[in-house]
Amino acid sequence: MRMSASSLTYWGKSNSILSTSGLAIKIEDAVVTYREGVALDGVSLDVREGEFVGIIGPNGAGKTTLLKAINGLVKLEKGRVRVLGTEMGRHNTSHIRKRVGYVAQVRNLDPRLPISVRETVMIGAYGRLGLFHHPGPADRQRAQTVLETLGLARLAGRPLGHLSGGEQQKAAIARALVQDPQILLLDEPTLSLDREARREIVELSRSIHESRRLTTVFVTHDFEALPAACRRIIMMKDGRIWRQGEREVILDNGTLSELFAITTDSRAQR
Amino acid sequence: MAIWEYGFMQNAALAGLFGGLACSLVGVFVVTTGLSFIGVCIVHAAFAGALLGVWLGFNPLAGALAFSLLATAIIGPLADRGEINADTSIGFIFSLMIGLAFLFVGLMPGARTEALNLFWGSILTVGRDTLVFMGAVALVVVAVIAVFFKEIQAVLCHRDVAVAVGIPATAVFYGLLILTGATVTASLQSIGGLLIYALILNPAAAAYQLTYSLKRMFLLSAAFGVGSCWTGLVISYLLNLPTGAVIVIVSSIAFAIAAAISPKRKARKWLKSRTTI
Repeated sequence: MRMSASSLTYWGKSNSILSTSGLAIKIEDAVVTYREGVALDGVSLDVREGEFVGIIGPNGAGKTTLLKAINGLVKLEKGRVRVLGTEMGRHNTSHIRKRVGYVAQVRNLDPRLPISVRETVMIGAYGRLGLFHHPGPADRQRAQTVLETLGLARLAGRPLGHLSGGEQQKAAIARALVQDPQILLLDEPTLSLDREARREIVELSRSIHESRRLTTVFVTHDFEALPAACRRIIMMKDGRIWRQGEREVILDNGTLSELFAITTDSRAQR
Repeated sequence: MAIWEYGFMQNAALAGLFGGLACSLVGVFVVTTGLSFIGVCIVHAAFAGALLGVWLGFNPLAGALAFSLLATAIIGPLADRGEINADTSIGFIFSLMIGLAFLFVGLMPGARTEALNLFWGSILTVGRDTLVFMGAVALVVVAVIAVFFKEIQAVLCHRDVAVAVGIPATAVFYGLLILTGATVTASLQSIGGLLIYALILNPAAAAYQLTYSLKRMFLLSAAFGVGSCWTGLVISYLLNLPTGAVIVIVSSIAFAIAAAISPKRKARKWLKSRTTI
């Protein structure tokens, strides 16, 4: 991993001016429903500027929906979401999304997809550039620097679909960094990766956070995947925040087995 | 060649240029997103709308445009919201449009020559007004791709990501569907309702087999589209065969050859072997 703290701060932009409250994210009593049922059931959460928060829970706990709510990708039935000091509404979601890097779960890509790694990373810059503006040398240089920093430069010309799962995940993170975000949302970034690729992604998440003091929300169903930099843990179950607290306090075997086992029991009863 | 001295052949060559260009370029939208059935549906909606125009005596192109836009307005949200399975909702609109098309034909009095021309197309009798319309649509398609290439690339390859980074992905997606509808409308009279979809699908599908670059895919698809039209035109003239059918067969052969020599077949085998190790 060719990663250093200085290499991730090359663009030198400050991400410190977020809100007057010191909160990067404030969620109040958020309710989100899908056809299948309630995905978020009255969730309230504050995330401070520069904080690294881990969200864990079993499948179907509402973790991904919570990230989507932060990025305005789902409609709230009830409640409010404030991101970077702005309340998410019908007309400003696009504006807010440009400042939030969202790394979604890697899906099976068509290996024949006509897009290279460099092109997919460049997409991160397109939202900020806006319509009618084409990327210039500075944007291309930014993408090249991120590719080099993440060890993807040698793969830049390859079709995206030819990359391994870990490499595709890195490309997705690179795309989010090219966006120059103020908040980074990572949704199961280590899912389906082998041990080495998982270690690299965890290390990458830590390095990005430490070098840029980027507000980071890391979702996983595997508590072992949480980087050490993640000090506060939110445990979710059945669309609610079940428990939260400092890593050392909350991450004990009893609590974890209760989080996953209780859910299993309650599902079995349904 | 002597055949280009005829005025009708010159017009047909221009129709092949404009129609082949526009159809093959919008074909890239359809093939890359894997939504080929949406394209079929829009084509048949335009076809039904044109037949309604013939039956009721108004401009068939106006009917075609109105119906293709209506189909787009119905299919897009249904597929997006996921309230009904996308295939089911598109299949519903498709079968409705086919039913309406045959109903309008059945209700027409007389010889129905104009209606039958819409089935098979009549590239050899294309008029100046139609040519101007086809040229204008082709120009708009090329201009939209040139101006919004980065947004189109993001939406075609990573629609979810495009939304997440703040690109107006839904507007771009619907814009592409509307462009597809307009292209179908413009080419309906010259290529024919039953044949036009092959000209949308085959060149783009052939190009998809040959490159990993979206820019090159647009260029290759355009070359295949225009090349199929011109080659089909010459062959049909020399062998006295129906032009629209020959154009479609030529484009199908181009796809078959591209699929046979595709470097992506090797890549697929390589990826398969890599995952099974």
